[in-house]
Amino acid sequence: MDAVFKALADASRRQLLDRLHAENGQTLGELCKGLDMTRQAVTKHLAILEGANLVVARRRGREKLHYINPVPINEIAERWIGKYERHRLKALGELKRALEGSDE
Amino acid sequence: MSRPSFIYVTYINSTPERVWQALTDPAFTRKYWFNHRNASDWKVGSEWRHEEHDDASVVDIVGRVVESSPPRHLVLTWASPKDAKDPAKVSRVTFDIETYGDGVRLTVMHSELEPESAMLSGISRGWPLVLSSLKTFLETGEPLPGTSKSKTRPPE
Repeated sequence: MDAVFKALADASRRQLLDRLHAENGQTLGELCKGLDMTRQAVTKHLAILEGANLVVARRRGREKLHYINPVPINEIAERWIGKYERHRLKALGELKRALEGSDE
Repeated sequence: MSRPSFIYVTYINSTPERVWQALTDPAFTRKYWFNHRNASDWKVGSEWRHEEHDDASVVDIVGRVVESSPPRHLVLTWASPKDAKDPAKVSRVTFDIETYGDGVRLTVMHSELEPESAMLSGISRGWPLVLSSLKTFLETGEPLPGTSKSKTRPPE
């Protein structure tokens, strides 16, 4: 769980997760496009995300595709969210998204 | 062949046999998978159905067993009953259960999903919850709160 929090405590890594959330299964090259980060920095961040099990890489021929794995985040959320809060939090989350018009 | 759409990985302090049982045995699935059962004989070519544990007339997902090597590897096709005959709406789920250290690494790959479909948004919310609940159930004997009751029925 420490690894997950450490991996998430960085805006660049959250940005990479956002990009995989928007389009899952990207190569390193695709992930680097339009980012203000060097390829080496992206590689390093992806290794930290993989170490925390937040990103899973799969080989496909010569390509390596990266997938977001939200299961550890769910495990963290479930640790403190009881069964009664979940529906209310979901409703609040949807209300916030509707009002703010974004996924943040 | 299309790219797989989602890959979920969870590490579980358990054995491959227990994880296989947790995925295929109704007595297990009902506890953590919203009171559902996965009904099949798990032989290649057989049908499988994801249905209400206490009411087999409520079937949510149907498909066929494509590959089956207990307790390590299982491949299923996956569709809503109404879409089962439309190849564009039939997706594929692969379970890989590997020994990892003293525990198990469970990988669920859900691929060939229809873009923008209700199934895609449903499974992308559902799998993380079901897999965390499976992990918690196998490690503690108790499922996550709220995952043992059917979600298709109104809350009590």
